[in-house]
Amino acid sequence: MLDAIVNGLNGLVAGLMNLHWSNPIMIGLGCLLLFLAIKKDIEPLLLLPIGFGCILVNIPLAGLMEEEGFLRTIYDAGIATELFPLFIFIGIGAMTDFGPLLENPRIFLLGAAGQFGIFLTLALALALGFSKLDAVAIGVIGACDGPTAIYVSSKYAPHLLSAVSVAAYSYMSLVPIIQPPIMKFLTTEEERKINMGVVKKTVSKTTKILFPLVVTVIGGLIAPKGLPLLGTIMLGNLMRESGVVSRLTKASENEIANIVTLLLGISIGATMDGRNFLTPQTLMVLCLGFIAICLDTVCGVLFGKLLKVLTGGKVNPLIGAAGISAYPMAARVAQREGQKYNPKNFLLMHAMGANTGGQVGSVMAAAVMLSVLKGMGVI
Amino acid sequence: MDNVTFGITMLIVGMGGTLLTMWVLSILMGLLKRAFPYKKEEEGK
Repeated sequence: MLDAIVNGLNGLVAGLMNLHWSNPIMIGLGCLLLFLAIKKDIEPLLLLPIGFGCILVNIPLAGLMEEEGFLRTIYDAGIATELFPLFIFIGIGAMTDFGPLLENPRIFLLGAAGQFGIFLTLALALALGFSKLDAVAIGVIGACDGPTAIYVSSKYAPHLLSAVSVAAYSYMSLVPIIQPPIMKFLTTEEERKINMGVVKKTVSKTTKILFPLVVTVIGGLIAPKGLPLLGTIMLGNLMRESGVVSRLTKASENEIANIVTLLLGISIGATMDGRNFLTPQTLMVLCLGFIAICLDTVCGVLFGKLLKVLTGGKVNPLIGAAGISAYPMAARVAQREGQKYNPKNFLLMHAMGANTGGQVGSVMAAAVMLSVLKGMGVI
Repeated sequence: MDNVTFGITMLIVGMGGTLLTMWVLSILMGLLKRAFPYKKEEEGK
């Protein structure tokens, strides 16, 4: 009788007895993510479920990430199969108006320059001793695009998924803090004052409908390994621009995106088991992610300066910073910085063009990267 | 393949490939805009 009572009591304290030193730290980190989401409104849609998933997985003996655990089931269904980021991409495509980009197609180039940080960081990660595929996953934080980072890291470096995802979403939300000093440092006051005029509405509906088709076919032919990313974002956009499937468009940008965001967030959080997460490698990934986004901004602004020269001073280099993706925060930052120096300057729609170019660019950069890796026999 | 070769290849082909693809897309979009110019009557559709 007494044995049974003792055994029963043991069952109640087993969780506490099996607590690893890293678990309380991770529960604290989960609470920090919840604080940032709830109190600071930093990417709440993702940081809240990530934070809660992080807390759940660091409670010992619950077995939520073991075989048949509910978090494992969600992870296997959506992350291991890469479906969740692709569903999110359909929603992003359905939400994005590429009109400002199509008004001025040369802005596509800013979307490319804003991705150079991916490749520079990849090289840096290699130099620091990371393996090739780990370096690829770290570099892709520079895409400044959560679903792309998750897609690539879950496929090629799943052990880095949690660090890469947390870095990608955290730094995206910090874009308004990270970018302005770099923009100011790399541009002159005269450049920041350049007025680009008003964006005219000159894109036909036919062009807007053909845009996703052309990007899918051309991008897919050049970089077939990235077609899932390209195809899903462009499918969402085609649904939006065609105007004939408004039910599907609304479902993609609302119900589907919301459900998948919840499941994606909680399953990323579930990968943050303290025993795997609290390593020097994670710290390095977070540092390299920060560098990636800084390098993206540097390359975007410098390319903006080049466009300024090539166009005879018609392009304000500040919009180059919006080429990093991070939609629409980066565009708002460019607008705000421009108005600081010229209150009559409205860069927002131009920056939105660069920003949507950055969205295409980030997906294209990942697609190119995967295809080059395939070509080299690395994957 | 050693890491140096891999890194340099990714830098050149990756950055170049992304820029080239986006440049091709910008050209094609410019052509599409010319082929299907905006008409005022599209407003409100």
